[in-house]
Amino acid sequence: MTAVLLARVQFALAVGFHFLFPPLTFGLSLVIFLLETVRIRSGNEVARRAVDFLVRILGLIFVVGTATGITLEFSFGTNWSQYARFVGDIFGAPLAAEGVFAFFLESVFLGVLVFGRARVAPRVYWLSSFLVFFGAHLSGLWIIIANSWMQTPAGFAVEGGRAVLTDFWAAALNHSTVVRFVHTVAAGWITGLLFVAGVAGFYLLKGRHSEEAGIMLRVALPVFVVVSFAQALLGHQHSVQVARTQPEKLAAFEALWQGQKHAPLALFGLPMSAKEKTLLYVGIPGLLSWLVHGDAGAYVPGLADFPPEERPPVFLPFISYHIMIALGFVFVALAATALVLLALRRVHQTRWFLWALLVAVPLPHLANQFGWIAAEVGRQPWVVYRVLRTADAASVVVSTGQVLFTVIVFAAVYALIFVVFLRILVALIKKGPAAPEPAPPLA
Amino acid sequence: METIDALRVTWYLLIGLLFAGYSILDGFDLGIGVLFPFLAKKEEEKRLLLRSIAPVWDGNEVWLLTAGGALFAAFPQVYATVFSGFYHALMFVLWALIFRAVSLEFRAHDQRRKRLWEFAFVAGSLIPAFLFGVALGNVLVGVPLDEGMEYTGGLLTLLRPFPVVIGLLGLVAFALQGSTYAALKTEGELQRRAVRMERKVRFPFLLLFLISGGAAFLSIPGAVGKPLAWVAAAVVLAALALLGPVLRKGRYQAAFWLSSTMFVGLWAIVGAIHFPHLVRGRGPGGFSLTIHNASSGLLTLKVMTVIALLGMPMVVAYTAYVYRVFRGKVSSEQEGY
Repeated sequence: MTAVLLARVQFALAVGFHFLFPPLTFGLSLVIFLLETVRIRSGNEVARRAVDFLVRILGLIFVVGTATGITLEFSFGTNWSQYARFVGDIFGAPLAAEGVFAFFLESVFLGVLVFGRARVAPRVYWLSSFLVFFGAHLSGLWIIIANSWMQTPAGFAVEGGRAVLTDFWAAALNHSTVVRFVHTVAAGWITGLLFVAGVAGFYLLKGRHSEEAGIMLRVALPVFVVVSFAQALLGHQHSVQVARTQPEKLAAFEALWQGQKHAPLALFGLPMSAKEKTLLYVGIPGLLSWLVHGDAGAYVPGLADFPPEERPPVFLPFISYHIMIALGFVFVALAATALVLLALRRVHQTRWFLWALLVAVPLPHLANQFGWIAAEVGRQPWVVYRVLRTADAASVVVSTGQVLFTVIVFAAVYALIFVVFLRILVALIKKGPAAPEPAPPLA
Repeated sequence: METIDALRVTWYLLIGLLFAGYSILDGFDLGIGVLFPFLAKKEEEKRLLLRSIAPVWDGNEVWLLTAGGALFAAFPQVYATVFSGFYHALMFVLWALIFRAVSLEFRAHDQRRKRLWEFAFVAGSLIPAFLFGVALGNVLVGVPLDEGMEYTGGLLTLLRPFPVVIGLLGLVAFALQGSTYAALKTEGELQRRAVRMERKVRFPFLLLFLISGGAAFLSIPGAVGKPLAWVAAAVVLAALALLGPVLRKGRYQAAFWLSSTMFVGLWAIVGAIHFPHLVRGRGPGGFSLTIHNASSGLLTLKVMTVIALLGMPMVVAYTAYVYRVFRGKVSSEQEGY
């Protein structure tokens, strides 16, 4: 294996593992903020116990997210130094801005959330829950800005073999930033909301912590319904953006080997790049053209329209993209069921639905991972789309042996951390919210 | 001076400030980690020490992430050269920081492997506390670079005597910072142990400071002729001399400020003798990375300056507020690990 391929494996491992945590932080910080708002408005003690419980879990998720996030910042220098030299003008600023504007905010006020309940006034605690929510999302925005610039670069000029910033706002708000940020946040909310709903469902099934579980479901389920439906539209918008700004990536997503009018939407298949064929292909004629252009007769470019050395791989993006979408429809089905049960006021009694919520907890993580695989592998062979090739981005002074060694250590370290993290998470959930404090004796 | 040069100097200073802020804040919790086996004997004492840093260490570490991001944005060539050149050294720092980050939370919940996570906390503090100085020492005294700005040395190049001495100086400085923080936040036997620890590391600090200062003046061209370096060295020594009397009087907050001042002094010395270099080159070409050939473009530096001016005052303000929230001695009743 080459050093570049190993460096890619290492980055994929690091970013894939890291990306289990930030989406959960998005959704959990949202639920915590909403529950804390309930608590400050009505002085609801049940909401307080639910918040305290979820804050403990957020604290655990946040430290693992931080620990694994440092790796990514290091990686741009350690393994991708030619990338860092080329794009430092543009890519470094959002990372620094993330620290200055967002990450400080999130981590400093998370300290207040986890350890400061008894030390600050209720309003300050509520404000802290908002600032953690706000900081987490602002942090995500800067990271999406940086990554979107790699997908649809703008606001720069190449001078002396380096990208030089010419327009900050054009670079930050490039063609894909907004739609990708909204899509990613919605994915994070689905992840966190289903986590909370699944845990609440588990408590109801076991007949434990029923009050806290009730309020967690009351807050999480309606938001989950709205976000899951919205995500279908947001995902569609994102695909349309990809079709416009990275047409060969969309062709890979759809295994569209030849450009055509009445292009079909692929439902299933196993694309074979070598033969430029898709086994077991099932598609709906004209639907892709219609979804992208609003006209079933419109032309959609295929992979053959691009030079062979600029075509992305097809198998992995196709499979990942389709699994992500299939999971998206699972969430829509769950949301539709939830809507009916909420309207009938039968959520608590419908045991199979509570089981379904619990079983669904890991599914958004799969969707998140596959979505990123589709986005990043679909951008290949470029690290910065049509500007810098991945093959030219790796460090030149780091040898294959060096990367092999660190890949192995990372795999071992992350495996250990993941196992311990899961055990602690399960233990925290089993323990559940603290019991209500006994009522003071009557005077 | 042209605008771009003014901005380059500004960012040289700002990155120095970020590293100084990191040394002061994460410095005390790294120091607590380094001293942990010596300060805490009983479970109760361990928990008190960990509680003293629990609400704030994560925010402190953000200073490092921000300094790294700022270095990437303002001087991308330095980021690329140093991080790829010092590959394995930085990977060890990274793994140490990863284990350290999870260790406190894991120790609190994973009862069966408590000792493992304590070890992760101590080693995870010790390794970066030493290797940060080693990296800095290399950058100061010079490393072999080719014209393509690539590092041409090996892993052993990094472990030359001068960088190792700077590494040890850094380690002892972090320990000192940890001891004054522990004295500030604890009471009774634990506090007495922290004060005794400060006395024990004071002399090694002085010794290492004088050795590395002498070595720097001998091996770094022009270092002797930098008045700011002499002033800063005097500040470090004065602060060190005052530490003992201040601690004897029980003025623990003043002691913490003194050890923090020492870090500012150390960074001022570095800034003075190193300017305008970022990575000094050593060897045939004599090629160095300076603020002139390693910086990003004018617009990036301007944008970064706006970001820093908008953001950092807020960061300092709310960090100060949260430290006020958690001020005072730690007790076993409060929320924490």
